[in-house]
Amino acid sequence: MTDAPLITMRRVSKFFGDFQALKDVSLDVALGERVVVCGPSGSGKSTLIRCINRLEAHESGEIIVDGTTLTDSAQSLDKIRANVGMVFQQFNLFPHMTVLENLTIGPRRVLGLSDADAKTRAMKYLDRVQIPDQADKYPRQLSGGQQQRVAIARSLCMEPRILLFDEPTSALDPEMIAEVLDVMTELAKSGMTMIVVTHEMGFARRVADKMVFMDKGEIVEVGAPEDVFTAPKSKRFAAFLQQILNH
Amino acid sequence: MKPILILSALLLLSGCSDNWGWYVVDPSTTNGANNLKFMISGAYNTILMSLTAILISVFVGLLVALPGLSSKRGWRAFNRTYVEIVRAVPILVLILWVYYGLPQISGVTLNVFWAGVLALALSDSAFQAEIFRAGIQSIGRGQYEAAQSVSLNYRDTMRYIILPQAIRRILPALGNQLVYMLKMSSLVSVIGMQELTRKANELVVSEYRPLEIYTILVLEYLVLILIVSAGVRWFERRMNASEA
Repeated sequence: MTDAPLITMRRVSKFFGDFQALKDVSLDVALGERVVVCGPSGSGKSTLIRCINRLEAHESGEIIVDGTTLTDSAQSLDKIRANVGMVFQQFNLFPHMTVLENLTIGPRRVLGLSDADAKTRAMKYLDRVQIPDQADKYPRQLSGGQQQRVAIARSLCMEPRILLFDEPTSALDPEMIAEVLDVMTELAKSGMTMIVVTHEMGFARRVADKMVFMDKGEIVEVGAPEDVFTAPKSKRFAAFLQQILNH
Repeated sequence: MKPILILSALLLLSGCSDNWGWYVVDPSTTNGANNLKFMISGAYNTILMSLTAILISVFVGLLVALPGLSSKRGWRAFNRTYVEIVRAVPILVLILWVYYGLPQISGVTLNVFWAGVLALALSDSAFQAEIFRAGIQSIGRGQYEAAQSVSLNYRDTMRYIILPQAIRRILPALGNQLVYMLKMSSLVSVIGMQELTRKANELVVSEYRPLEIYTILVLEYLVLILIVSAGVRWFERRMNASEA
């Protein structure tokens, strides 16, 4: 990991009207690194990762993904989005398509795979998230945990270099959180570069190389999980961990 | 309830008197059967004209709706202008204008069928545009974001993700427009289109029995529209069976 970082964010700011969601945020993510972002709601953690694939456009600062600087140009957008997958809190599966169609639409239309190749690839990743038997069902016929695993498989089908997770377990019933976290843990072990916004501190402790704590649009603290969990440097992070771990 | 009772009582009473002359459309007599056949023969043009017009208006409506959803002001202005102007012209006026006016400025003379279709389609397209806009706007932002996250471009996002969902949601409204179109096609009779209403008018002139003939005309539209309604409902059920 001595090369240039895969993702570089330099003094990035983002406003929603008068509200500043990100204040001069800087962050490096290396190839294969697993970063967990946490913080109270409204702290800007979702905005942070949504800026990386430009679901939100930042107003100032610089974001470089895999050597490409993020601008409004369609070229840079295509290049970056092809490398960056995203998993959403609300899954956002396409409800009118079967699981298989959800997985093959990107590879067929964007990567130009044949139907057969796209299907082979889809089945490979459905296997990986352990629901190959659900391929012909519609999203509404699946449990929340299964839907989120389909969403992860859909991202994997594009074979991205980076996966972003925006609170992937927050909309799930407690008994389904584990199955999604297991899939994510397995992905982390395979060397995928991941940025995960989550409150699942057990998961963070297990897989994160780097913990990022955000509050009020700023990155307050960055560190290895074993350090920050035992001895957080900032008061705000300490208070946040207190709240989240002791309930 | 009360007005319905009074109305049916009146109809019954008038039936007892000599006011009804059902013989003009009595299928057991040669003349009556011929008259009925003559009236029903208009259904072909009514249906053909309405279906052609609705196909065109759905297509044009979609093309007009898309710029209405743009983030660019110029595109949105085009959408608003089209909708407001076209929506403001009465259909009958549009039919007359297309048939008698358009040839003078364009040099192209349309036959009554295509003049009727064009006027009906144009008028309906403004409503279709608004229906499509509402349907597309009802699809949540998450669907666009998911499409973006797998790198689909605008065209594919619309074609494969947004429109298939939007169309399912606007099917009841599209059914409404089809029914409306069938009824409005009666106005094309004024330029001489041989459809249901025109046939009835012609028969009234020769038989002098407007009450019976127009009653049959009412029934013709009723039957036609009930069939279409049933068809639309069947189609809705079929589409919804494959989705959430």
